[in-house]
Amino acid sequence: MSRIAQTFERLASQGRTALMPFLTIGYPERDSALSLAQALVAGGADMLELGMPFSDPLADGATIQRTTDIALANGVDLEFCLETVRQLRAAGLSIPLLLMGYFNPMFQYGVERFVAAAKAAGADGFIVPDLPPEEAQEFHAATKAHELDLVFLLAPTSTDARIAKVAGLSSGFIYCVALRGVTGARAALADDLGDFLARVRQHSQLPRAVGFGISKPEHVASVATMAEGAICASALLDYIGSLPNDQQAAGAQQFVQKLRDAADQANGYHQ
Amino acid sequence: MTDHVVLDELNGRYGDFGGRYVPETLVAAIEELTEAFFRIRTDPEFQAELAHLHRTYTGRPTALTFARRLTEELGGAQIWLKREDLTHTGAHKINNALGQGLLAKRMGKQRIIAETGAGQHGVATAAVCALLGLQCVVYMGTEDMERQKPNVFRMRLLGADVRGVNTGAKTLKDAVNEAMRDWVSNPDSYYLLGSALGPHPYPLMVREFQSIIGIEAREQILAATGKLPDTIIACVGGGSNAIGIFHPFINDESVDLRGVEAGGHGIEPGRHAARFAGGRLGVFQGTRSYVLQNSDGQIANTHSISAGLDYAAVGPEHAWLHDEERAFYTYATDEEALNGFQLLCRTEGIIPALESSHAIAEAVRLAPTMSKESIILVNLSGRGDKDIFTVADVLGVQM
Repeated sequence: MSRIAQTFERLASQGRTALMPFLTIGYPERDSALSLAQALVAGGADMLELGMPFSDPLADGATIQRTTDIALANGVDLEFCLETVRQLRAAGLSIPLLLMGYFNPMFQYGVERFVAAAKAAGADGFIVPDLPPEEAQEFHAATKAHELDLVFLLAPTSTDARIAKVAGLSSGFIYCVALRGVTGARAALADDLGDFLARVRQHSQLPRAVGFGISKPEHVASVATMAEGAICASALLDYIGSLPNDQQAAGAQQFVQKLRDAADQANGYHQ
Repeated sequence: MTDHVVLDELNGRYGDFGGRYVPETLVAAIEELTEAFFRIRTDPEFQAELAHLHRTYTGRPTALTFARRLTEELGGAQIWLKREDLTHTGAHKINNALGQGLLAKRMGKQRIIAETGAGQHGVATAAVCALLGLQCVVYMGTEDMERQKPNVFRMRLLGADVRGVNTGAKTLKDAVNEAMRDWVSNPDSYYLLGSALGPHPYPLMVREFQSIIGIEAREQILAATGKLPDTIIACVGGGSNAIGIFHPFINDESVDLRGVEAGGHGIEPGRHAARFAGGRLGVFQGTRSYVLQNSDGQIANTHSISAGLDYAAVGPEHAWLHDEERAFYTYATDEEALNGFQLLCRTEGIIPALESSHAIAEAVRLAPTMSKESIILVNLSGRGDKDIFTVADVLGVQM
């Protein structure tokens, strides 16, 4: 069983929802992810999604566009992303690490070569928003061979037939897109989120992690009653970016701690 | 030509190229679009309505003009021009915009999203939306808005909501990103993509609607000269005018098909948009094709004097035609295009679009090397009224 599956299983046995914050590797400074990741874990993150920058992130909103532009200006490339994972593991970080990125840089690196290198570095899985299952045969085969997870996305617009198909191919969990739109902080969750998550459950027993627009403790509390995982990206990056450098790690920890508390409270979990 | 490769265009596969690399949120919308497109493709009522509007609104068929003085000046092959510059809104873009606009209407869509580079596709889409009573949002890089001001004003006159895009190099690829983001956020809208690129079914659908150029040109050149052309030349940005004129000649193996990309200031990173000269296989904005990129797979910035050719990827069917060696691709620099522009103005009384001027530049190079019995057919994809400010600027003329 993969480290991601084990983590969801352990949390499920405790009745808890997984919390998965997101960092753009190389934002705000080239090395920021090293200290920020530790802070997020200290704040209660169960897994981390690490964004590998791409010049044209077409599924992402303004925040992730801006953070990836800064990361690229900081000279971040795939090798640096792999090195970041290696260093996090060397520093003792043991939670699942997922690499999120657009397909072309990995395609240029060589899909099989990249998956092997990510495995060697200590990554657990991949999220590739512009790679639907129909185009993912090679990636899927490589992750299977290296026993890593390839997480596919489903959206409220996905038909039932499509949910059945994609759920059968995803591994680790299913990334459930919470809204019709790109990533970015939002004021409220979509009204039909619960219906969508129920439709996904009809076709798959995999854990469902909800991302896109999950911005504050109330959102996480609400997701915690409906799904097995909550992903928070843009709101966290916005907050980190608003802080002076020397306060970013402490701020990130507090930010995640509030999400953690909200999730645990909604789950009726007391440590 | 088609028997030794895997060509599965009904699924958007052109050999190793094409496909549908889109975020999950769009999959349902794009499947709905694909089904609707295959329905209208063989629907006589739809085709009759499109043909009627092409006759009465677009101004089709467009003329085929023998460029007598240009031919004499170059002293070689006869040069014939397919006059897409004479269409309503001034470029071949209307062929696709009208076809897709009618399709959107059939699908019950109310809101149309489009991207534009030079502004010709935006103007065509805005006109079609006005004609059909549809809401129209056009994304355009702010750099392109600056160099194509007349088209920005035209779109607004036609009722479009033109939204400037300030990300990246502020040109066509950034406008496509923003249009895709709008579509992801509004999957009930219709994305009217303007070139033969992006995810399936767009490359196929845009080719289908642009093939009228080649179908007409084939009949016209046969009627006028009694034979097929030796060479067909078209500029290639995404590649819609080129695939439109090439496609009906694909099985005429004697016909040399030549695409001309933007050589910009020369083939150095960031200074051109010649994907076959400086790019390699990649996946970008929904399709797998030749892409200008750095060693890490980040998409390169591009440059061309013509906004319509200033794009980092080429349509997947062109990539396939290139690798199959059915079509040949070369480039013309900004300077060569500008010379072609001025030459056509002077010899034929036609102001070509800077995009089309790249095709003229290739004809200028090629014609003198060919016999006087040879025929070159140039797709004059658009008119250059929109470009006079850019040209004046380069020539140092105060207007």
